[in-house]
Amino acid sequence: MAKVNTPKPAELAEALEYTTPQTEWMETPAVIKPGTFCWGAKGKNLGIVEFPNARDWNPSEEDWKLPENWQEIFFTGMKNLLDKYRSFKVFMDICVRCGACADKCHFFIGSGDPKNMPVLRAELLRSVYRNDFTLAGKILGKIAGARPLTVDVLKELWYYFYQCTECRRCSLFCPYGIDTAEITMMGRELTNLLGLNTDWISGPVANCYMKGNHLGLEPHAIMNSIEGMVDDIETITGIRINPSFNRKGAEILFVTPSGDLFADPGTYTAMGYMMLFHELGLDYTWSTYASEGGNFGFFSSNEMAKRLNSKIYAEAKRLGVKYIIGGECGHMWRVLTQYMDTWNGPADFMEVPVSPITGTRFENSKSTKMIHITEFTADLIKNNKLKLDPSRNDDLVITYHDSCNTARGMGLMDEPRYIINNVCNNFHEMPENTIREQTFCCGSGTGLNASENMELRMRGGLPRANAVKFVKEKHGVNMLANICAIDRATLSASMDYWVPGVKVTGVHELVANALIMTGEKERETNLRGDALPGKEGN
Amino acid sequence: MYNSGKIIAGLVVFLAFFAFPFYYNLGKANARPEPKLNTPVIQQLAEKKCVESRDFMRSEHMQLLNDWRDSVVRDGNRIYVNAEGKKHTISLQNTCMNCHSNKKEFCDSCHNYMAVKPYCWSCHIQPKEDKS
Amino acid sequence: MKIVLPLVAVIMLVVLAFAGVQVAGMQFLFGVLIPYLAIAFFIAGFIYRVIKWGMSPVPFCIPTTAGQMKSFPWIKQNKLDNPSSTMGVVGRMALEVLVFRSLFRNTKTELREGPQLSYGSEKFLWIAGLAFHWSFLIIFIRHFRFFMLETPFVIQMIEGLDSFLQIGAPLLYLTDVVLLGAVTFLVFRRLAMPLIKYISLPADYFPLFLILGIATSGILMRYFMKVHIVGVKEMVLGLVSFNPVVPEGIGVIFYIHLFLVSTLLAYFPLSKLMHMGGVFMSPTRNMANNSREVRHVNPWNYPVHVHTYDEYEDEFREKMKKAGLPVEKE
Repeated sequence: MAKVNTPKPAELAEALEYTTPQTEWMETPAVIKPGTFCWGAKGKNLGIVEFPNARDWNPSEEDWKLPENWQEIFFTGMKNLLDKYRSFKVFMDICVRCGACADKCHFFIGSGDPKNMPVLRAELLRSVYRNDFTLAGKILGKIAGARPLTVDVLKELWYYFYQCTECRRCSLFCPYGIDTAEITMMGRELTNLLGLNTDWISGPVANCYMKGNHLGLEPHAIMNSIEGMVDDIETITGIRINPSFNRKGAEILFVTPSGDLFADPGTYTAMGYMMLFHELGLDYTWSTYASEGGNFGFFSSNEMAKRLNSKIYAEAKRLGVKYIIGGECGHMWRVLTQYMDTWNGPADFMEVPVSPITGTRFENSKSTKMIHITEFTADLIKNNKLKLDPSRNDDLVITYHDSCNTARGMGLMDEPRYIINNVCNNFHEMPENTIREQTFCCGSGTGLNASENMELRMRGGLPRANAVKFVKEKHGVNMLANICAIDRATLSASMDYWVPGVKVTGVHELVANALIMTGEKERETNLRGDALPGKEGN
Repeated sequence: MYNSGKIIAGLVVFLAFFAFPFYYNLGKANARPEPKLNTPVIQQLAEKKCVESRDFMRSEHMQLLNDWRDSVVRDGNRIYVNAEGKKHTISLQNTCMNCHSNKKEFCDSCHNYMAVKPYCWSCHIQPKEDKS
Repeated sequence: MKIVLPLVAVIMLVVLAFAGVQVAGMQFLFGVLIPYLAIAFFIAGFIYRVIKWGMSPVPFCIPTTAGQMKSFPWIKQNKLDNPSSTMGVVGRMALEVLVFRSLFRNTKTELREGPQLSYGSEKFLWIAGLAFHWSFLIIFIRHFRFFMLETPFVIQMIEGLDSFLQIGAPLLYLTDVVLLGAVTFLVFRRLAMPLIKYISLPADYFPLFLILGIATSGILMRYFMKVHIVGVKEMVLGLVSFNPVVPEGIGVIFYIHLFLVSTLLAYFPLSKLMHMGGVFMSPTRNMANNSREVRHVNPWNYPVHVHTYDEYEDEFREKMKKAGLPVEKE
């Protein structure tokens, strides 16, 4: 595939405006613009997970090689989804187009494309629904806001449902709670019936299905990666830690997104987890089979998400652990909170999570038997179980980015802030309309973190980056903390683009920097190998 | 999860509210008020006619009374010229209630039916009637 | 086109009722038959639509969490915006339905040079929406004086409060003014804001114009083109007690008012107005965020093809053994 050029930040910002075309949206065909879409899925990858109509295809070509009866497949699929999901049915029917959601979407704010207004994104599909599923639409047609499903309409649906990161910010402001994430999920289910997935989603899905993680790391590669981190930890702290893998009889299974094992700055977060667990003497194990907390299946179809997610409980059962701790990840936690137990539970072979250090019983996860690492750590700090030296993070001026999914699909907001405030001395919040439940997406969730759609990602990343820029200018913020593996990768890119000079970190990297470990040597550097404050001359 | 119980309960509330007028009135008589015009004064009138026509009085009396009040209180004008050019003294007590001395059977019958509470009698003294 | 068409439609409805009653003398059709049909269609249609939604399950527990979740005792949960109990959900829904909680959050995004984004509070839509819905409800309840022979004290009290300024005769209702103002604002807003205009459909203008027509005809009837009101009540009581009568001498404006209301009722179940029922059925608002604590059951959860550990080990056994990983089968 050819390299796609991304405009410079100034060019992009200059051309940004919120106007509408001269023609009505139904008469304005979608232009599939390079830099705004991901490459089509490879037939091979879709074949691995037994998806229908698997084939190589290219969104920028005229012919999408659709199956003969594609409309029939689409409508049967749609009927099926309407019968399965009340949310879909209700959300198709009750929107009053008040427009409260219009300027809440990061993709609209960053692109100015009216079809990125959540209401219009949903109307793209609603118009098709009205045409074939409602009385008014059948009788009145266009007057009732209906339009027939043509190839161009299908392309438009595909284009815009792969420009939504299912962040649910629009849902927060909707007077009826209409959730575009839900509508996008349905839209993507339908495109997947026609083999219209993207390479960046279907590749990781196939990897995760066969090898246990999105990156396709085989068992020995996972161990190698972690061994590398163990070496780095030894260099920095003088302590050799000894993680275990696939160990039966461990008390706790630890699952984190594979992104943490692969690239900076996620690897520093993973080092943070291990240092913390070592210091506590926690009886835990990694799994190479369930080596992925994230779930790109969730961005394809409900069934695929369930198939990938099943490994976590299956592995917990095989290893005989008491409960599971999950690492820092966004959509992983939406899945674990709102879907996992329903799909693959009940997890009655485990016990209600109890912190072996503090004795705290995690009642709020007594059914899923899986706790978030920031819950675990916040509890440790509250009970004074950690020796911390926050001054080791004094070179950092930190702000915190709530992941869409942990904020609006879970409500985990104060735990990470509590931790940050205990391991750092300089913390500043971004403006209130950009954090907590009103947080902005990084711009690259739901499998949109490819490179060929970089322009889209930078546009979608603008609102978050802009809020960071605000606190950078006001408080000198130079570090953006978060609890999401995708954030760690994608915010790094959008910071470099929009707010150069701000780096990105996981919360547990900050914890490990501040953590005074038993028997450690005097630390000269932080986990990144940068000199600690006051040690610069050494 | 269907929550059918909650949905049915919701629909019952919906019906209770919107169908209320129908089941509330089931089997009830629809008694239309008949304001009585048989006071002694009216019976002695040669031409049984109010200051304006019946249809006008029926729908506009409240406006007329309001105008009369303003005319007397603000302009000191006590003469009303009706559509036919006939003059009447503007006075609730002496003109209106002179004929319609039966407030309960005349005014109140419709006002109660329509649940209208005119504030005439917060200033004027209510006529004393024998029958209560 | 999408504005003119619904406007013309409403005007045509007015003309139709006027001609039907004033010219053709079809009082019975417009005063009895059509209202009966409209009410029947409204009630049956509404129930049908809600049941149709109810036939689809809620497979997953997907509340939009709008505040801190239930966590440790020392972290304060936002019990209304992120409820974990039924009581919390009732509270959240009450706020949503009665005072439009979510709309209250509304912000306006502004893009300045730089680029610099800011998000200011934007309450006009919330105020207008609240004013419109509440005045509509009060006006509807006020109309119960036509539906009941003896008007209950509560309704008289509402009426008294609504007209407490004692302006004019008959007394001016505040809700009449508020409703007209709010609907006019909502129309104006759709026309004046380019993005909102862009997303608006004829189905958005039609109910606004229709309600504007209903309010206008009602106000004309009360204050300017007064009708034989005792006759109106007699007729309405006849309708609701299934003894329809058509009294003489009721002005045509009443029939226009009634015909527009009938249209609204009949249109209701076919349209977005069903948000009245739908707001209660929205899974992102009416569910407790307790899916980690209590397992949510999906009635159509079915077994799926998974890649088992055994299959995984079969593929990687040699590599696992070489790396020193424990294996199930040697």
